[in-house]
Amino acid sequence: MSHRVIEPARTTPNPAVRPNLHVASGNWAERRVQARQLVDWEDWRERARAIRADAITNLPELLERLEAQLVALGGYVHHAATAEEANARIAAICAQRGATLAVKAKSMTSEETGLNAALEAAGITAVETDLGEYVVQALGDRPSHILAPAVHLSAADVAALFSRLSGRAFDPADTRALVDYARGALRDRFLAAEVGITGVNLAIAETGTLVLVESEGNIRLSTSMPPVHIALMGIEKVIRDWAGAAHLVQMLPLASQGTLAAGSTSFITGPARDGDDGPRELHLVLLDDGRSALRGGPLEEALHCIRCGACLYACPVYRQIGGHGYGSAYSGPIGAVITPALEGGTPASDALPELSSLCGACTEACPVKIPLDDQLVTLRAMARERDPRRAEAALFATWARLWSRSGGYRATGAAGSGALARLWGRAVHGSDDGWVPRAPFPFARWTEDRDVRTPAPEPFHARWKARRDA
Amino acid sequence: MPVQLFVTCLVDLVYPEVGERTVALLERLGCEVAFPAGQTCCGQPAWNTGYPQEARRVATRFLDVFAATEGPIVAPFGSCLHMVRHHYPALFAEDPARLEQARAIADRAFDLPSFIVDQLGREQVGGTYPGPGDTAVAYHHECHLVRGLGVREQPLALLRGVAGCTVVEPERGELCCGFGGTFSLKLPAIAAAMADEKLDRALAAGAGAIVSTDVGCLMHMEGRARRRGLDLRVHHLVDLLEPDGRL
Repeated sequence: MSHRVIEPARTTPNPAVRPNLHVASGNWAERRVQARQLVDWEDWRERARAIRADAITNLPELLERLEAQLVALGGYVHHAATAEEANARIAAICAQRGATLAVKAKSMTSEETGLNAALEAAGITAVETDLGEYVVQALGDRPSHILAPAVHLSAADVAALFSRLSGRAFDPADTRALVDYARGALRDRFLAAEVGITGVNLAIAETGTLVLVESEGNIRLSTSMPPVHIALMGIEKVIRDWAGAAHLVQMLPLASQGTLAAGSTSFITGPARDGDDGPRELHLVLLDDGRSALRGGPLEEALHCIRCGACLYACPVYRQIGGHGYGSAYSGPIGAVITPALEGGTPASDALPELSSLCGACTEACPVKIPLDDQLVTLRAMARERDPRRAEAALFATWARLWSRSGGYRATGAAGSGALARLWGRAVHGSDDGWVPRAPFPFARWTEDRDVRTPAPEPFHARWKARRDA
Repeated sequence: MPVQLFVTCLVDLVYPEVGERTVALLERLGCEVAFPAGQTCCGQPAWNTGYPQEARRVATRFLDVFAATEGPIVAPFGSCLHMVRHHYPALFAEDPARLEQARAIADRAFDLPSFIVDQLGREQVGGTYPGPGDTAVAYHHECHLVRGLGVREQPLALLRGVAGCTVVEPERGELCCGFGGTFSLKLPAIAAAMADEKLDRALAAGAGAIVSTDVGCLMHMEGRARRRGLDLRVHHLVDLLEPDGRL
């Protein structure tokens, strides 16, 4: 297992998270209808795709410009080839300032690198300040959705946690009291923290501006109260200019929640200048860790992702197994694509593309038109090349040999002597209505949860021939 | 109009009566149906499971068989059409001659509902529900037809012309049922849970039957409904387009 893959993926539904996810994804589906009424959705998607495609095509040039602009503004830019390098660099910046407390605003990239554990090992306490992340961290849990980290938990779970932390009783129905408690607990940390750590939604190359989108205000506080701001960003998040940013900061909330604006959007252009409030020190840590290797290859479009979380809510498999079911930092269809893509093929991450019925709901939901279902198929083929499954490969080889010839195909279905008839044996005639409770190899798993229709005693080919000869 | 029937492997081997009803329907609509007997499968099972070379062998057979024919190619199974129209260009990307052939065939290939509605210009073709009168019917949107090929209204239009049933629309009607080809053999418990959601939403909408155009979805949903002992009938759309309501 690597930092990105935490545990094996589930192979069964998780009934505990299903009710929450069904509500959340149902709400999302309604907001999506609303989003379609606000704008010309297909035109907006195409523009968003073009902005991201430009960024990835011209990535080295844009990163260079971003760095030059940020340095000219007095910021620091760090390059991390791996997660370990990024974590070590961030820990070193904290250590140089003698910092022991950092406030963190939600960052999936830091989940990907396992930053919190690395900081803890270096003697630095990192406190999550997004409400959902705060809850998840206090429970020793991990986020289960890119944007809604605690979507698998209920208000009752949160009330129980806060009662335990505070020693006073909370009513799950009184969400105001729950929020107030978290706000009070976090306020002291914002005041005391020596460092604020955030992710980055977009970085605008032309002016060196970091764009951060949020709904709670904790990013504003994390980037304005502590004297040092460290932003961790995957290199693919850069875009060319403000025109592109103006589109994407609307497209992101539109895709995730059906509105044209997030609660707050921060545009941070360099550290605080004389007379300004805010951090005097701004660090941008640029993480590669497998990203540049995807450029120019069949999975390049996965780098277009803006982490809106729409494909998770759209996915019928995500609804059944939840974000933790993927066993990786990134979940849902995009997680099933970028995890094995960035890992470059490990047995654990190669299992993720199987978690899809290829229904295409992810691709339909994606605001930047990533062909997620096609990429899942591409990744399955890559996985087979890396780690052949002998029995399955042999079955498909036999299948291809037989079914690439009409004689071989017709022999499969022929009554009595055909391959299917031999496999199914008496089952073909074992029921009056053509349905049986048990299927033979290689279809046996079908009937673990379902009955199955047996092959027809007389296939269409034979019926057609009989009709023609009649 | 001459029409080439692409019956598809699952219809041929497991649901041959769907093929026969498709022929009967097309003939009733004035088509002259031919059945190229050398046809096998589109190759999708291997492609979706990660075996593009094996898929290409079988898909090459498909191209050879249908390149030798003329006129529209019609299939009662949207997913196979999606394979031909959407995935063949990727499958044959490195073979310019085959790619050209695949594109030409894709342009001739139609799923049954959009062929009837868009090509024959028939929004309704009649039909009688083959069961208890006044059954509420939920249409299941086959993923590869609705999202893959953008065919949403055509099957519903045909369904609305059927006597003896009313069309109900369950919530989230475009959610996948969980069939997904080999997905439902590899992760059967997740696939069954997805079917349950679909079946429960149909029942909640008052449906007595589910209708679709993908016999994979049909076998999956009916197999699950039977295992659970649900009072829910499952039909291919062509079952309802028979004029006399007999099955």
